[in-house]
Amino acid sequence: MSDVMVRAENVHKSFGSLEVLKGIDLEVRAGEVCCVLGPSGSGKSTFLRCVNHLEKINAGRIFVDGDLMGYRERGGKLHELGERDVAKQRRSIGMVFQRFNLFPHMTVLQNVMEAPCRVKRESKADVRDRAVALLDRVGLGAKTESYPGQLSGGQQQRVAIARALAMRPKLMLFDEPTSALDPELVGEVLDVMKDLARDGMTMVVVTHEIGFAREVGDKLIFMDGGVVVEQGAPREVIANPQHERTRAFLSKVL
Amino acid sequence: MSDQTTTERARPEPIKAVPVRHPGRWVTIAILAVLAAMFVHLLVTNDNFRWSFIFLSYEDGKRGVMFTGPVLEGLRGTILLTITSMAIGIGLGVILAVMRLSPNRILSSVAFLYTWFFRAVPRLVLAILFGNLNILWSRVGFGLPFDKQIGDLFGIDNFNGQFYSIRAVDLLAGFVAGMLALGLSEAAYMAEIVRAGLQSVDQGQTEAAVALGMSRFQVLRRIVLPQAMRVIVPPTGNETIAMVKDTSLVAYVPVAGELWFQLNAVSARTFVVFPVLVAALIWYLIICTVLMIGQFFLERHYGKGYGATGRARQRLRDIEVEQGGRITTTGEGT
Ligand SMILES: Nc1ncnc2c1ncn2[C@@H]1O[C@H](COP(=O)(O)OP(=O)(O)OP(=O)(O)O)[C@@H](O)[C@H]1O
Ligand SMILES: [Mg+2]
Repeated sequence: MSDVMVRAENVHKSFGSLEVLKGIDLEVRAGEVCCVLGPSGSGKSTFLRCVNHLEKINAGRIFVDGDLMGYRERGGKLHELGERDVAKQRRSIGMVFQRFNLFPHMTVLQNVMEAPCRVKRESKADVRDRAVALLDRVGLGAKTESYPGQLSGGQQQRVAIARALAMRPKLMLFDEPTSALDPELVGEVLDVMKDLARDGMTMVVVTHEIGFAREVGDKLIFMDGGVVVEQGAPREVIANPQHERTRAFLSKVL
Repeated sequence: MSDQTTTERARPEPIKAVPVRHPGRWVTIAILAVLAAMFVHLLVTNDNFRWSFIFLSYEDGKRGVMFTGPVLEGLRGTILLTITSMAIGIGLGVILAVMRLSPNRILSSVAFLYTWFFRAVPRLVLAILFGNLNILWSRVGFGLPFDKQIGDLFGIDNFNGQFYSIRAVDLLAGFVAGMLALGLSEAAYMAEIVRAGLQSVDQGQTEAAVALGMSRFQVLRRIVLPQAMRVIVPPTGNETIAMVKDTSLVAYVPVAGELWFQLNAVSARTFVVFPVLVAALIWYLIICTVLMIGQFFLERHYGKGYGATGRARQRLRDIEVEQGGRITTTGEGT
């Protein structure tokens, strides 16, 4: 395991003629929690999706735990990885979405067991034990046989976290995990994430929860217009933003 | 009042009210009852229906026309033809739908052309066409295309690039021709149904599955298709029932082992027309009823995890557990 979990070097991404990421540089060390802040449309989601190669980048490099994402470098030339190799890289990266994206036709337990059983082909009994333990950990031990449609938003998001953890990822990506939740449900999801952070999970979290960033974050990135405007220790950036745009944004969300 | 609230709150009396009257409904029901009675009267009193011809015996020493050997054989053929052609239709339909949605232009155009062609050609024409394909080719085989022409080009006489071939009449006569005509035509319709189903599934589902490291095939098989089934099953039920009746078209291929052909044969021999039609109608009714029951269970299976009823049932179960008691419900659910 290398010390640096995520390294982004000069990442560019365009959709057609719209350039969304204009050279992102970022380093997240193993065990760190990196919070990403920024106004809507600044490219936060896009960057996160580039990290696990859900989007192909146009220029730059992204390394996760030392592996170049999506490509193989041989003789100074880049070769695109096949579907199978990309899938293999993604296995060790968990992702949690704003809209949960649980599989509605499966029970909570099946949701959590699906990927370890099908993708990693682990034994069903082992996976079941682990899944039940994970669901207990996120406080849903009693809901294993429910369908996602029968759960509240907060419960669904906790299942989604358990589902990602079941693959034993070394990195977790969160894309505004609490933005679709009623205010009184936000806390239960953040508690699970804090618990994860305490356990030493490396996390990249796009969020508007300043309190969470200040309390749990080791690093804060402020993005605007496809570039990293400012970064540093969360407390310092929040208390004393150096850049005008950061100041303007923080004054709106605080 | 006030002392009530200090102790446990009493459950209020159940409401006993006179329900709203619906005189219009009763009038409608009365009219329908009279019409039904008239219909039954018509069926039982008119001897020309010849029920015994249909059910008991149509000739001396023979069973009723519905249950004679050739007709039962025909029934078997009809069911077999429905199953096989729908299997081809659904299997090929899924492949075509996936091709149609592929980002690869060539694949999606091929799927489009297929759908365009087979939806445009009437099934009856297709059935007759397939029955006569052996006029075009004496042998049907599988191998290199243009093998003879390539052989000629290099000066080899009778170069044979066929790996496997059989006589066309063996393959394309009768049943197989009918099955292919119906199945290939059905695939075009199923492709559209499956495509609509696949597109109805939220893009986030694919994204979540891919992010977990699932392959594209696994995503389709485990995540997208099962959810698409909710949209796919009802129109597929329609298609299957339509197919049961369209199998009668293969009488023109011609295929003898089919219900309509066999009943017609009886009719031609005995000069009895109407009761034979009624016998056909009864068999088609029975098959379609069975299919509708099957569809009901399929829809229930793929409806798992959806809908207010599931949610309400779960709530009820939760309350039951909390109260440690039992709430009686009418109707048993999954
Ligand atoms: N698949 C796509 N095709 C075209 N444009 C896209 C696509 N995905 C994102 N964009 C555009 O890229 C820009 C950045 O989007 P992104 O979702 O990364 O922003 P964000 O910072 O996550 O915003 P939000 O806070 O609203 O989620 C937006 O202008 C968006 O319209
Ligand atoms: Mg976003």
